[in-house]
Amino acid sequence: MPDTGVGEPHAAHEHPPHLAHHFETPAQQFASGKLGMWLFLATEILLFGGLFCAYAVYRANHPEIFDVGHRFLNKYLGGVNTLVLILSSFTMATAVYCAQRSLQKELRVCLALTLLGGGIFMAIKYVEYHDKWKHGLLWGTRYEPHMDEPGHAHDQVKSEHTSGVGGSAEPSIQAPATAAASAPATQTAADERSTIAPATIGPRGLTELPDEESTAEHPTPRQVHNVHIFFGIYFVMTGLHGLHVLAGMAVIVWLLIRAHRGHFGAAYFAPVDLGGLYWHLVDMIWIFLFPMLYLIR
Amino acid sequence: MIDDYSAPATQQTTTSNHSAHVAGHIVPVRVLLTVCLVLLVLTLTTVAATWVDLDGLNLWIALAIATLKASLVALYFMHLRYDSPFNAFVLITALVFVMIFVGLALMDTLEYQPTIEWQEASALQRR
Repeated sequence: MPDTGVGEPHAAHEHPPHLAHHFETPAQQFASGKLGMWLFLATEILLFGGLFCAYAVYRANHPEIFDVGHRFLNKYLGGVNTLVLILSSFTMATAVYCAQRSLQKELRVCLALTLLGGGIFMAIKYVEYHDKWKHGLLWGTRYEPHMDEPGHAHDQVKSEHTSGVGGSAEPSIQAPATAAASAPATQTAADERSTIAPATIGPRGLTELPDEESTAEHPTPRQVHNVHIFFGIYFVMTGLHGLHVLAGMAVIVWLLIRAHRGHFGAAYFAPVDLGGLYWHLVDMIWIFLFPMLYLIR
Repeated sequence: MIDDYSAPATQQTTTSNHSAHVAGHIVPVRVLLTVCLVLLVLTLTTVAATWVDLDGLNLWIALAIATLKASLVALYFMHLRYDSPFNAFVLITALVFVMIFVGLALMDTLEYQPTIEWQEASALQRR
């Protein structure tokens, strides 16, 4: 949206300073901007649609991997992130309202609050990612889980790692004797003869599902392979979404700077409106990501 | 209903007597707040729904609630309810194409035999 600048003298003809030359009226300019932004949002939806397709296909074929993998995610942190983004969407919509009513101070406050919401979201995301990194729950071949105690998936793991995890091919997980009750004492026959590299097998007790024939007295858990695929999907989807959040935050910073310069008011608020549309889309995508990744069961 | 935006030229810095000018349809803050609260409640509902085990239905319930939340965001926060219907058409079209994409991919992938675990391989070979 070309902005000729507020108050700059303009030769020869009269028009509102915010009206670009290739539009006839501000109404047409605004409607065109809106349509253009919606078309861009459609491409963003298709971008994430491709990732949703990968999720759907893989989950349809290997539901056990998602059942096991999502237990490593903290759904309460994810829930807080959802609430934070919804609130930031609300402050963004209120910012548009303020711009439409030429409430300059309130506009700046709302934009700042939206930015804060985005910051909190990224901070919580960092906490989650760091936790995964700490426990080796990464994508593809970097999946080298090292949890010390089976049964403590994500919140109570000690920081001490077993030695030699980084170099050896096999994750050396040492289950304390007290926790052995939750883990089978003997390896199943499948593990001994499997040719799948150990990295695809998660820590004992955490990537196992009860077999159909297992009972409470004789649990025969079935070792789930390829859990690292879940984390590949998780990191790509949430990582791409996180990049979009960062881009949205940059847009809001730009809007804040312009709002400080008094560019926006009842006659011209399109950038706030359109930036808001992008931010709402980012919120909408997370609204779908959250139940799909965190709330599988 | 396209927003009527035909405000006469005004300097942005002196808007005091022009603030009543038509700025298109403005969603009242009351409506925004109500939608926000409904969204928060729906989020808590989604999390609470995971405490109830309904097997395969859980995923669909979660997706249904998510679709409802996304609709509220689109209609009110993104102003689609008061906008030209063509904007909504663009959004719906994008969603329809994603559904075609995912739907066809799923239809195809579910036609294949599931991964052969090693125990089954020798049995299958003997057939």
